[in-house]
Amino acid sequence: MDITTQKVGWSSSEMAQNVARDIHDGAYVNLGIGMPEMVAGFIPEGREVIYHTENGLLGMGAVAAPGTEDPELVNAGKKYVTVIPGAAYFHHADSFAMIRGGHIDICVLGAYQVSAEGDLANWSTGNAEDIPAVGGAMDLVAGVPSVFVITKHCTKSGEAKIVKECSYPLTGKKVVSRIYTDLAIIDVLNEKLFVRELAPGVTFETLQQQTGAELHLTQQTKTHDEKK
Amino acid sequence: MINKIVDSAAEAVADIFDGATVMISGFGEAGSPVELIHALVDRGAKNLTIVSNNAGSGHVGLAALIENRQVSKIICSFPRTTISVVFPEMYRRGEIELELVPQGTLAERIRAGGAGIPAFYTPASVNTPLAEGKEVKTFNGRDYVLEHAIKADFSLVKCHTADKYGNLVYNKTARNFGPVMCMAAKTTIVQARNIVELGEIDPECVVTPGIFVHRVVEVANPADESKLVAEERRYPWT
Repeated sequence: MDITTQKVGWSSSEMAQNVARDIHDGAYVNLGIGMPEMVAGFIPEGREVIYHTENGLLGMGAVAAPGTEDPELVNAGKKYVTVIPGAAYFHHADSFAMIRGGHIDICVLGAYQVSAEGDLANWSTGNAEDIPAVGGAMDLVAGVPSVFVITKHCTKSGEAKIVKECSYPLTGKKVVSRIYTDLAIIDVLNEKLFVRELAPGVTFETLQQQTGAELHLTQQTKTHDEKK
Repeated sequence: MINKIVDSAAEAVADIFDGATVMISGFGEAGSPVELIHALVDRGAKNLTIVSNNAGSGHVGLAALIENRQVSKIICSFPRTTISVVFPEMYRRGEIELELVPQGTLAERIRAGGAGIPAFYTPASVNTPLAEGKEVKTFNGRDYVLEHAIKADFSLVKCHTADKYGNLVYNKTARNFGPVMCMAAKTTIVQARNIVELGEIDPECVVTPGIFVHRVVEVANPADESKLVAEERRYPWT
């Protein structure tokens, strides 16, 4: 048995890598602001993925190198970006027709909370002091068939982010397909949470303790620590 | 004879009146018609309802218009950025009204306004606070919320190239809300980096056909809003 210090959980890069692994060749993908943006760096070789940014671009490339920034070429987070050969620009109504019309295959979003039924809260904490802002999140979850959430399993203060019911205002109801955290990958199926993979050093019991909703193991649940 | 070219930004906005609804293109600084907005600050029309995706940065452009107390209400999807100060402060003091709209719904409400569609159903925002008080209808087993078109008295839009008929071509992601806003206003006012002769824009490449545009003014070297914000500039220039 290995008695050296064992690693527990996945790093942010590994979480992004886990999401990237599940993005198929030829997919049209919208990446949310923040941690979701990391996913683009980890697409396995041999797969071609087209990135959509809702402010009017298909075929978004890497972030612009210093000195080459163009203030009229930005992504949804208003970062200066580049385009790939074969990119296309379009106006906002067309961009959201792609989203609402089900033409974008996958979106990857952050979350404040996800419920057992796949409800997502990611736009407002409901705090009256905060300036409310929603952007394109509600359109994305309503229109994109596969909604992947990438988030730490718990808040900084240790509270569960995967909960029975969201206490924050919803972005959409029953919209999340899969959750990628630092501790596990969880599928939302028929309004239940099924553990798809446990991170290294994480047992089902400890995962359940840090989750505010009931989790289910399946015969396919992948672990990294079992003695085989 | 059709000639939509006007000589100055000041002339282009000279009839914007108190209480008007004004659409302003742009996604952050990309596509924001800074010079037309500053002309509107100079004009001083008050009690405006502004339709725009964001609510301005620093103390220039849309933020300057708000700071100059010309805006009573803003309809937008994302009124804060890391560098927005004017709107958040006025909103917290209750000095400006906000109608928050999901971004795709905002674009479609504007498009509908220009396309003669009074209202439509969308799946976005169903079961969220932004659907409260709105009609919900079920189609094929799924719920949709009723959203109404938005029309404006004026649209202020930035493009790259225009001709005297008002045909427009945009630049990269600065296109964003421009084409739909051009459609939705009684009077659409455009600032273009360059104005070319008729026929120089390939008809296959026209993005906004001139029928949706009423005035074009050349602003050859438009300001970079982010640069002005970084330099902590304020409009009116001090």
